Amino acid sequence: MIGWKEVNERYGVTIGGFIGIIADSNKAGKKMIEILNAEYSYDNHDYPVKAVDDVTLDIKSGEFIAVLGRNGSGKSTLARLMNALMIPDNGRVVVLGMDSSEADNVWDIRKNVGMIFQNPDNQIVGTTVIEDVAFGPENLGVEPLEIRRRAEDALKRIGILDLKERAPHLLSGGQKQKVAIAGVLAMKPACIILDESTSMLDPIGRREVLETIKYLNKSEQMTIVHITHHMDEACHADRVIVIDSGKVVIQGTPVEVFSDVEKIEKLGLDVPQVTRLLHNLKIDGFVDDSRIIDIDSAVEKLRSLIG
Amino acid sequence: MDNIIVAKNLTYTYMKGSPLGKKALDNVSLEMKQGEFAAIIGHTGSGKSTLVQHLNGLLKQDEGELTVAGLETKGRDLKELRRKVGIVFQYPEHQLFEETVYKDIEFGLLRQNIPEEERRARIMETASIMELSESILQKSPYEISGGQKRRAAIAGILVLEPEILVLDEPAAGLDPAGTRELFDIVTTLYREKNITVILVSHSMELVGDFASRIIVMNEGSIKYDGTPSEIFGLGEQLEKIGLGVPQITKLMKKLSVYYPDIRTDVYTVEEAQKVIMERLRTKK
Repeated sequence: MIGWKEVNERYGVTIGGFIGIIADSNKAGKKMIEILNAEYSYDNHDYPVKAVDDVTLDIKSGEFIAVLGRNGSGKSTLARLMNALMIPDNGRVVVLGMDSSEADNVWDIRKNVGMIFQNPDNQIVGTTVIEDVAFGPENLGVEPLEIRRRAEDALKRIGILDLKERAPHLLSGGQKQKVAIAGVLAMKPACIILDESTSMLDPIGRREVLETIKYLNKSEQMTIVHITHHMDEACHADRVIVIDSGKVVIQGTPVEVFSDVEKIEKLGLDVPQVTRLLHNLKIDGFVDDSRIIDIDSAVEKLRSLIG
Repeated sequence: MDNIIVAKNLTYTYMKGSPLGKKALDNVSLEMKQGEFAAIIGHTGSGKSTLVQHLNGLLKQDEGELTVAGLETKGRDLKELRRKVGIVFQYPEHQLFEETVYKDIEFGLLRQNIPEEERRARIMETASIMELSESILQKSPYEISGGQKRRAAIAGILVLEPEILVLDEPAAGLDPAGTRELFDIVTTLYREKNITVILVSHSMELVGDFASRIIVMNEGSIKYDGTPSEIFGLGEQLEKIGLGVPQITKLMKKLSVYYPDIRTDVYTVEEAQKVIMERLRTKK
């Protein structure tokens, strides 16, 4: 449970004012997902393994978040807590004001927080693309005409309406993941979580998926939580969260997070090549500041030095 | 050194004779020496997997000739060929099935009727190369981590002592540390045992860091074949066929707009660092 002390610290309000503040922030759509001291353990034979360990996080509506962490760090478990696929053992997960531990909220939470998984082939249910995209709203009990409208709208928004009559199993990996994203969009979610959804794709497929989620985030203000091993993808996020042993160990803008090269490496992760180059040059005393993650800034920096 | 792979004018068509037929290999000729560490790159559908599956006779060419480790792949001795050519497919851990990691690594050896004592010695040696401890060997493959599973699956191939090791996208789904560990192991193996390694990967950074030769495939043909600096020096030509270059190569290319004499065939951070430090020193 969260103590009132934490509540006071987090919201700066007295106990009496607490409920009111939460309700207001929901109306304004400020907070998408709140995770408060969440814990989750897997029962591994005799001893439980804590996959998520006392995590407290706020995800604001419209944010693009990248989650990094080595294999087995608890990233996927955390993602599943965010859409009530799993319920925390301790602590709370609140999505758009709905507590995931209350059974009545589970369906509303899942409708609002769509999840895309790693393997595109495991997510296909339809024999045509449009049928596949219609599966979600159909299960929500949406009217048939509205289902078609929503499915076509979803395909149009991410630019694959021309694929609607195609057989999904014959599409490329990137296209399959876009179909899965359209399927989630047809359920009108407020947030999409991608759990390593680019890791089985080739570079073209990865770019397609990344462009799609960037579009949804920038043009439609969709909240995005993108779990990935690819640092170049994380560089596009507003905020990077690094998980290790079930805990949030670093968070900040991509530049802030990747600049700490030693710490990132200790966590089993990698930094962009240009960051590593500038970091090495800094160690050798050639550069004063290595907080750079993109090529253009690196060029600018190096030009200022070379002259 | 002898050529361990000699391919002459290989052609292969999937579903030959049907209207859906697709020419996956189109007149491919290739020679590879023993002890090379080569990478095959190309976008999805370029023919890399088809080529790799020819190496141990999983697929047989419609036309042309292919000799691998001295054996005709269309010949009768497939068993010997498959012992000499170990292919680690994508997500090899999906093929783990035994009760313990030890038994899983042992499986191929049992099929070859190798006596118990030798089996044990080879398994222990392979396990130590792949950094799988004694306690992990006794665990169920379902109890170990993703990186360990991947290494256990590769150990099952290595224990057969192949002359050629083919790794198809070995880093997919592994975190950066797990990827480094795996490649450090493969590099050691390649140096100490003089085996030929063929890496199929989409990661230009990995390919640049480890391979000494890059074969670029496009539409069933070999489009380019050269050293990493020759291949990554191609820049836009690679992008035209759906491939990229490492981020560091892009950086050097952009710098060359301002400094036309700067090297653009650089593909590792270490090399770029040398080039830039040289610049900064001469400036002082």
